[in-house]
Amino acid sequence: MDIIEVKNLTKKFGALVAVDDVSFSVAKGEIFAFLGPNGAGKSTTIKMLTTLLTPSSGKILLDGFNPSVSPDEVRHSFGIVFQDPSLDDELTAFENMEFHGVLYGLPKKIRREKIEQLLKFVELWDRKKQLVKRFSGGMKRRLEIARGFLHQPKVLFLDEPTLGLDPQTRNHMWAYLQDLNKNQGTTIFFTTHYMEEAERNAQKIAIIDYGKIIVSGTPKELKLQTNSTSLEEAFLALTGKVIREEEAGAMDRLRQRRKLWQGRR
Amino acid sequence: MWLRQLKRYMRSRSRIIGSLAQPLLFLVALGYGFGPVFQKAGEGNYISFLAPGIVGMTIIFTAVFSGIEIIWDRQFGFLKETLVAPVSRLNIMFGRTAGGATTATIQGIIVLFIAIAFGFRPFSWFLFPVLFLVMFLTAFLFTALGTTIASLLEDMQGFQLIMNFLVMPLFFLSGAIFPLQGLPKSVTTIARFDPLSYGVDSFRFLLTNTTHFGLAVDIIVLMAITLFFLALGSYFFSKIQI
Repeated sequence: MDIIEVKNLTKKFGALVAVDDVSFSVAKGEIFAFLGPNGAGKSTTIKMLTTLLTPSSGKILLDGFNPSVSPDEVRHSFGIVFQDPSLDDELTAFENMEFHGVLYGLPKKIRREKIEQLLKFVELWDRKKQLVKRFSGGMKRRLEIARGFLHQPKVLFLDEPTLGLDPQTRNHMWAYLQDLNKNQGTTIFFTTHYMEEAERNAQKIAIIDYGKIIVSGTPKELKLQTNSTSLEEAFLALTGKVIREEEAGAMDRLRQRRKLWQGRR
Repeated sequence: MWLRQLKRYMRSRSRIIGSLAQPLLFLVALGYGFGPVFQKAGEGNYISFLAPGIVGMTIIFTAVFSGIEIIWDRQFGFLKETLVAPVSRLNIMFGRTAGGATTATIQGIIVLFIAIAFGFRPFSWFLFPVLFLVMFLTAFLFTALGTTIASLLEDMQGFQLIMNFLVMPLFFLSGAIFPLQGLPKSVTTIARFDPLSYGVDSFRFLLTNTTHFGLAVDIIVLMAITLFFLALGSYFFSKIQI
């Protein structure tokens, strides 16, 4: 059985069909890239997989559990790194980890051991007592990845994890992820706009556009199919070159305002 | 969740001082400004009348604010982290509310001691434990109210509206700064529907042994409304989709 199975998944917001009859599956231990232009339905799909949104119709099985029937089992089996930072700036790195561990019901001894191990792994152990608001973007990302792994999830979701990071941090981060994937067998499900990142790291890719999956396969297969030399070319061949208009939702407005705020501080 | 709210509170010293400034200003300006008039009207010492009201004011402001902080969490993404955790929404909401209520109570206690420093004399020190409990209950009520509102709002724009149309009237019509006796009928009727009236009234009873509604009524009303908002808040909170 595959770790993620999605059948005929649909999500409607009023008249808008954000995700339209989507089916796919991800095998255990796979690194899976979920690609698509802005507003194609990537984030909506992730939100449905991670119990934040309920689907309009269709079926999801994550590690054998249905998010709408048994959300808590599903929540135990995945970790997630969101597109926007979701750390508490007013707490220290250690406290953020601790809070997560408590929420996921890890016993104190294991919790402390895991936190130390993971913080050392992402090279933040010597900064564990620093408030997160003093961290750089890259450090925050690393901390979030460490946090996502704390409860040893079977699947890790990453929604545009490398957005706004420099190549050094990006490579560093992928080295961690590859390592965790190999050693722990964690399935990794990620979205990105950097095609070379998907090409380099993903074993399997699905491309979604206008709420429908238009193609899926290994990076090689996609290139062969479209007769292109790079994944970026293949992507453009499949989704066209039109720039997508996306209405700014409340979230985007918040994002902008947050930037202003941070500038002021 | 509860601990997190407390830790955040301790960290934001500037906010503590900032939010103490307003009650202090009210206490000094109103207390000394209206003192003589109040005395001439035969109502006794205004400071001792006002102090419980200002404590109530501190609690309502801090409590509603910390409920509203959910919007902030939503903005900074932290809310999502808690929503994907395998903890029931009810627990999250409850923990937050308890945390917010605790900070509001602490704030209220600080203000109470400031009032004492300014010459306010409570009639009995032994009632303080009971007083703190009622303060916590009042704080719980308004944090739950704040959480309920915050679950319905998407961003901070609605916040100003709430301050002006909800918190301010709740405060001014609660009898926090003037006695409810001998007012026009309409004002007393409104005050009767204002939960803060009961909070302030119970503080006043426990601090100065004067009451408008009676302590039993105060506590029953406070508890009922708290339960109501808690239920309402949990319902809306469980409906949050991001």
